[in-house]
Amino acid sequence: MQISDTQLTGLPDEMGHFGPYGGVFVAETLMKPLEDLADAYQECLNDEQFLAELDADLANYVGRPSPIYHAKRLSDELGGAQIYLKREDLNHTGAHKINNTIGQALVAKRMGKKRIIAETGAGQHGVATATVAARLGLECIVYMGAVDVARQEANVYRMKLLGAEVRAVSSGSKTLKDALNEAMRDWVTNVDDTFYIIGTVAGPHPYPAMVRDFQTVIGREARAQMLETTGKLPDHLVACVGGGSNAIGLFYPFINDDSVKIVGVEAAGDGLKTGHHAAPLCAGRPGVLHGNRTYLMESDDGQIIETHSISAGLDYPGVGPEHAWLKDSGRAEYVAVNDDEALEAFYKLTRTEGIIPALESSHAIAQAVKMAPAMSKDETILINLSGRGDKDMHTVASRDGIEI
Amino acid sequence: MSRISHKFNSLKAAGKKALIPFVTAGDPNPLITVKLMHKLVAAGADLLELGVPFSDPMADGPVIQRASERALEHNVTMHNVLDMVREFRQNDNDTPIILMGYLNPVEVMGYQAFSQQASEAGIDGAIIVDLPPQEAHDLLIELKNNDIDPIFLLAPTSTEKRIEMITSAASGFVYYVSLKGVTGAATLDIDAVKEKISHIRSKTDLPIGVGFGISDDEMAGKMSGISDAVIVGSALVRKIEENADNEQALMAEAETLIGGMRKAMDNA
Repeated sequence: MQISDTQLTGLPDEMGHFGPYGGVFVAETLMKPLEDLADAYQECLNDEQFLAELDADLANYVGRPSPIYHAKRLSDELGGAQIYLKREDLNHTGAHKINNTIGQALVAKRMGKKRIIAETGAGQHGVATATVAARLGLECIVYMGAVDVARQEANVYRMKLLGAEVRAVSSGSKTLKDALNEAMRDWVTNVDDTFYIIGTVAGPHPYPAMVRDFQTVIGREARAQMLETTGKLPDHLVACVGGGSNAIGLFYPFINDDSVKIVGVEAAGDGLKTGHHAAPLCAGRPGVLHGNRTYLMESDDGQIIETHSISAGLDYPGVGPEHAWLKDSGRAEYVAVNDDEALEAFYKLTRTEGIIPALESSHAIAQAVKMAPAMSKDETILINLSGRGDKDMHTVASRDGIEI
Repeated sequence: MSRISHKFNSLKAAGKKALIPFVTAGDPNPLITVKLMHKLVAAGADLLELGVPFSDPMADGPVIQRASERALEHNVTMHNVLDMVREFRQNDNDTPIILMGYLNPVEVMGYQAFSQQASEAGIDGAIIVDLPPQEAHDLLIELKNNDIDPIFLLAPTSTEKRIEMITSAASGFVYYVSLKGVTGAATLDIDAVKEKISHIRSKTDLPIGVGFGISDDEMAGKMSGISDAVIVGSALVRKIEENADNEQALMAEAETLIGGMRKAMDNA
């Protein structure tokens, strides 16, 4: 497909489609609430007071703009391209997730909703949601797979401290996808007073567009910062892709910059050939799940299969529909990095730059580590450092045989 | 005329309302399903709704979720479900069968292959829970080409515009979801349901079935008084779950539940 013939920005269309992907695939009861949400969100976008409130919150509460940082020692060690990091790890609550929850919570407030629900995998989106709910004085319920509740104790406690109720989900594979199912069931039951804050660029329309819009602050800032710091646009963008919200947030403002190559990094887990991974774009095929058409990890019979990644935040069998469209159109390239490579990159960044990255973001770093040596010293790679690694101490330590 | 329309016409002529039990194909194991379907018809079912198990049944409550999980433990696929229908048809060529499921297993098979094979197996209608009419264009063409009635859900939240869109896309009957919630939820407000149904009736000549939350004889009787069909899912699936290890008891409990509802509806 020729990029020039394909519309890549200004999507989705009115029905929520990105090419053949996206859309609204939910039971009838949720159609009206989704239409109401799309309308309310559109009104917010056209309301200067809303936008001013959002900007003020991003500046004073989240701590934006986040800096870009030239990882000089890492670049020198790799001996090729100059590596820059967009420091989303420095945001309040430690990741990009809050850019979106701040925005959706403001929409919820304007719609007069008193009750917030969310799904979470590793707990980062749950924490970011509980945080904004506490700030606005809204009731907050977070659905989390029972398996994740057990392996992410610290985040469960953080959410409870913030006043949220964490409900463990024991159906299906007891992980993120099942938490999302359960949150949808809650929403369908309590549609009148409840706002569902989805944490990634998946789900039925308008979620993929709305979450993207709230996350594009990453790419808008980074584009201006790179121009200011290096005098030119980056040659490559690299970001990890689970659902894909940090990645689309970085990529979107660069889509029409044809010179900028875009690389999304999925989780190859134990390796793509083993089947134990979370890489639907690299090794899955299109289907319908959680309200949208996109690439999925599925069996030959159309059942959703369990995924594996060392990083809980990438452990999801689907991916945002806009990434599916960017892949098919050829505008972005999607690759996969396995657990061992991500872990190696985790150590490398920690020891060359004194920055401990989240295991999710470590996948993006690992990809840049692969690319940089073959590039020249005046070329640049901009990595989205989507979160900090504090939450992953347990996982990494236990791999090293240490109990903490 | 489709088997479904024919059934509704003859029930109407007899002054009766349709009773439509739901079971998940392969729950609690694949060997029981066809026998259970015949048992339900013998106990008074007019149409049967057969659930296709799915890993992520977003619109279902815990009872039907667990039914899907039990069936998937036996690796029940769409092809297995269609085989069950074929087997059922060897001894019953009259009872309409409606497939109920989620889109992804249909999508994987391909719309044309699904519609042809389902029709050939003896399926009469399809409810794809997560496929609203505005996304259903391509599948609707294939279903119609293969004489399968597309059956859509209407909900308490459906707007005027959506009621019109849905009733004009549907055939066979329309399925009114009686409450805001998932299958098997507890509270039903009969007056609210009655009001919404009479409104839908002013928009369409199709029969109107009611489901979600109908758990006993009394409620089945009341609902049959205000609709054309009563759909019972979770209450029946719960009996199956409770007797999963005892086929004889399972059949007896299913027969008692459906038989009781039949009686309550006929006397309503």
